[in-house]
Order: sequence, then C-alpha cells, then structure tokens
Amino acid sequence: MTTLLELDSLEARYGPVQALRGVSLTVTEGEVVAVLGANGAGKTTTLRAISGTVQRSGHIDFAGQQLKGGPEAAARAGIAHVPEGRGTFVELTVLENLKLGAYVRRARTVKEDVRRVSEYFPWLVDRGGQRAGTLSGGEQQMLALARALMSRPRLLLLDEPSLGLAPMIVREFFRTVRRLNEEEGLTVLVVEQDARIALASSNRAYVLEVGRVALTGSSSELQGDESVRRSYLGY
Amino acid sequence: MLAASFADFMQQVVAGLASGGIFALLALALVIIHRSTGVINFAQGEMAMLSTYVAWALITHHGWRYWPAFVAALGFSFVFGVVTHRVVIRPVERGNLLRVVIVTIGLLIGINGFVIWQWSGEPRQIQSPFGSDIVNIGGVAISVQDIGTIAVALGMVVLLWLLFQFTKVGLALRAVAVNPEEARLVGVRVTWMLALGWGLAATLGAVAGLMTAPSVGLDPNLMQATLIYAFAAAVLGGIDSPLGAVVGGLLLGVGLNMLSYLSQYELFDWFTEELRLPTALLIILVVLLVRPSGLFGHAEVKRV
Repeated sequence: MTTLLELDSLEARYGPVQALRGVSLTVTEGEVVAVLGANGAGKTTTLRAISGTVQRSGHIDFAGQQLKGGPEAAARAGIAHVPEGRGTFVELTVLENLKLGAYVRRARTVKEDVRRVSEYFPWLVDRGGQRAGTLSGGEQQMLALARALMSRPRLLLLDEPSLGLAPMIVREFFRTVRRLNEEEGLTVLVVEQDARIALASSNRAYVLEVGRVALTGSSSELQGDESVRRSYLGY
Repeated sequence: MLAASFADFMQQVVAGLASGGIFALLALALVIIHRSTGVINFAQGEMAMLSTYVAWALITHHGWRYWPAFVAALGFSFVFGVVTHRVVIRPVERGNLLRVVIVTIGLLIGINGFVIWQWSGEPRQIQSPFGSDIVNIGGVAISVQDIGTIAVALGMVVLLWLLFQFTKVGLALRAVAVNPEEARLVGVRVTWMLALGWGLAATLGAVAGLMTAPSVGLDPNLMQATLIYAFAAAVLGGIDSPLGAVVGGLLLGVGLNMLSYLSQYELFDWFTEELRLPTALLIILVVLLVRPSGLFGHAEVKRV
C-alpha cells in the first residue's frame, strides 16, 4: 500500500484569519478517509488547501511529487474536487457537465467514459440534454460526483456531500462512493458534518479542532471513542 | 403608389438588417466580455476602429486587396484583444469592477489618441468589398453592400455559435462565464479563457468596423455611434444573452429604419436622422427601467 497524499504541517489563511494551523494527514491508495469536526474546524479549508483554492503554506505530497500551483494544476495531477453545495454548472446541460469533468483528458475517450460513469448513475443517460439546474438537489450532488469521475481521478475530494439532502439520498450517495471504492479502487478523502455516516463509510478518520488534527484512528475505533461519540455522534 | 411604397418599405427593412447586423456583432462583443469579465468594455468600439485602420493601412500603403486585409485585421484584433486582457485588464480584474471600467475608458482614450497620432484624424476611404451595385429583387432595390454585410454578420454569428456549442474550448468558455471557480476545479485555465474571450470579442468588433467603414468613411470616431447602438441592442436583448444581442441588434437596426420610413408620413414627420442616436439611448433607459434583464436575459438571482 503506497501513500497517495501526504499533508505535512499544512497551514492556510483567509486574509488575516488563519484557518489551518498545521494539519498533517496521509491518505493511502485505495482508502476512504473521513475528516470530521465542528463548524469552523478547518474541514473545508483542508480540501481547499489541497486543491489550491486557498492561500496555503506547508508541504503537500501527491503521488510522490510535491503539489504546487492552483486548482488547474491539482486537476491535472489527478485530483477531483467536489465542492460544498453541489458543484455543478447549473446553466449547462448534464452532458456538458460530464464533458467538463473530462476537461483535462483527451477528448477521444469521453464517450466511453460517459458510458462507464452511467453504469453508476443510470438515470443520467436519459437526461443528458437537461439543464443541471433543473435537477433535484440529490441528483445534482450525484451529477457532481459523476462529473468528478469523468476525470478518472486518482483522488476524490468530497466536501460535505450530505449538506441539505434527505437522509435516504445521503445513504445512497455514500453507498455509491463505497461501491466506487470497492469496484474501482477509488481513493476518497471526504469532509463531513454527519459523523455517523462518514465513519460508517470510511476506513480511517481524522477529527479536526480549530485548525489542527485532534484525533485520528480507524473509523471503527473512533465510532467507539467516548469523546467522539459525545461530540460528534451525539449519544 | 402602394407598390412603390411597399418596395420602399422592404428596402428599409433590408438596410435595417444590414446596419442591425453590425450592431449585433458589436453587441455580441460587449456581451461576451460582460459575461466573462462582468463589465462593459467601453473601448470595444475604439478597438474595432483601430483594427479597421490596420486593414486600411494594409490596403492603402501596402497594396493589399480587401479580403486579405480583412483577414489580417481580424488576426490583429484577436491578438490585440488577448494582449489587452493579459496586460491591462487582468492586473485590475480582482476586486472592484469599477477599476476595470475605468481602465476600459482609459483604453478608449488611448486608442483614439494613438490612431490620430499615427494616421491623423482626416477621413479616409475604404472601398466596399461588395461594390456599389444595386440589384432589383421583386421590384425592391437592394444594395449588394447590404446583402454582403448581412451575410458576413450572419456568418460570424454562426461561426461563433458553432465554436461555443460544439467545441471543447467553447464549452470551457461557457463554463468560465457561468462559474469560474468551478471551472478552475475541473482544470480549465480560467485566465487564458478570459483572454480568449477578449480576443474573440475584439475580432467580432473588427468585423463590425470593417463592415461599417466602406459606407460611412473611416475616421477615428468611426464606431462611437455604433457602440451606443450596440449597447442599446445588448441591453434590449439582455446583457448576458448572446442570442439577445443578435436579436436586439437586428430589431434595433430595422426599428430605426422603420422610424425613418414612417417619417414620410405626417404623423411621424418629426423623426429626423438626428433622433436615431437619442432613440437608442431612450431604449437603453426604458429597458433598464421596465425589464432590466432584457428580452432574453435571465433575471439575476442571488443566492443567500
């Protein structure tokens, strides 16, 4: 098992506000890793620092190379980032969204990829010409995931996929993520408020508190941890 | 009497479509830049005028024929648009949009000054590439110049539509216009796409300039009125809608000619040529008051 992503004392700031105060974290190839934490703990910022959409310092190693530059570079290195709040182009059609997912790749295999991705989201096929903005919230989140897959990512970053979705849809979403992980070996780093489903769907997890890693361990370990249960699982 | 009147009417319609096609091209340029950069490029007309001078210089001083000079001027304008974005727009693009607007006004003055310094402000002539023939179609006298202008404008619109709708770079351009942050995440090099948008807009403007100059003569103020008409067309169609820019341009061109046509009747005899430009301004005002999103624009929805 090789390390795919390694963050070493990663710091990030929004102007004068320091959001990450030295986060170190690793993701091994083939893993699903969850990042938990309260609002403002730095979960989203961690993902944004990885994909370069926020000012950062510290060291990021991705697939044995130092990751530099903005989101364009991250996308080209093989990182697909599904941002918080349904990252779709609502004014473009479903098919156009998928095509944009494959933007960094050769155009020749795009058709084949649409077919491959549609196996996980069969309903996409009939709705290719529909504007993404007319899809339901759950469908848009699925489309965002499908679009991320179009780039054949080595690492998928998911930011709060459960946000604003019905529990049933959230379960379906995470089921799909697990399937992708098991069948395609997709490596996932997921940030999630809903600790219960995040721990149930991941191999390992990190708990962030005010911009630092407070706790880490296997997901089953953390599910049994007294403080995690009280703070994040609520029982 | 009635037949003659009908022929006269149709003649005005065709001439209106020709001038409307020119408004539409420049309006499209404004819309492309507004969609990507979020401002009105006040220098759009002057950039077009500069490109027209480049074609004129190639024809007059270097003996080029019209069409090669036309293509070269388009190439020049594309590069000029890209460089303008990279060098003067991009550094001020972040933050307050007013700064970008002020830069485009500076550009307007700068280009105008440069052209007068380089080629003097004297009026020049560019031969019409379509000749000055009049053809008679079903009793309607139509100038070949008008037909050619309509064809070129239509051709540009179709080419642009093909580019936006069926190419990867076109899809990226649209993605950047609707959601630049998201576009960067999928790997689109946004700043280059913005520059490309400026290049395309400048090219469209250049075509407008090159179609305008043969009929009205070339001077440094060539596109100033056209820019106002284009602005009116873009506002009428919806400042974020390429289709709206085209429809708005044609409507405005034909509409203004209708008013000219009607001025032969007593009821409209107050409408003289001098009122064309104020009419365009009136349209801008009325649309902004009554329906700010224009005919085809989307009402701006802000998510909170």
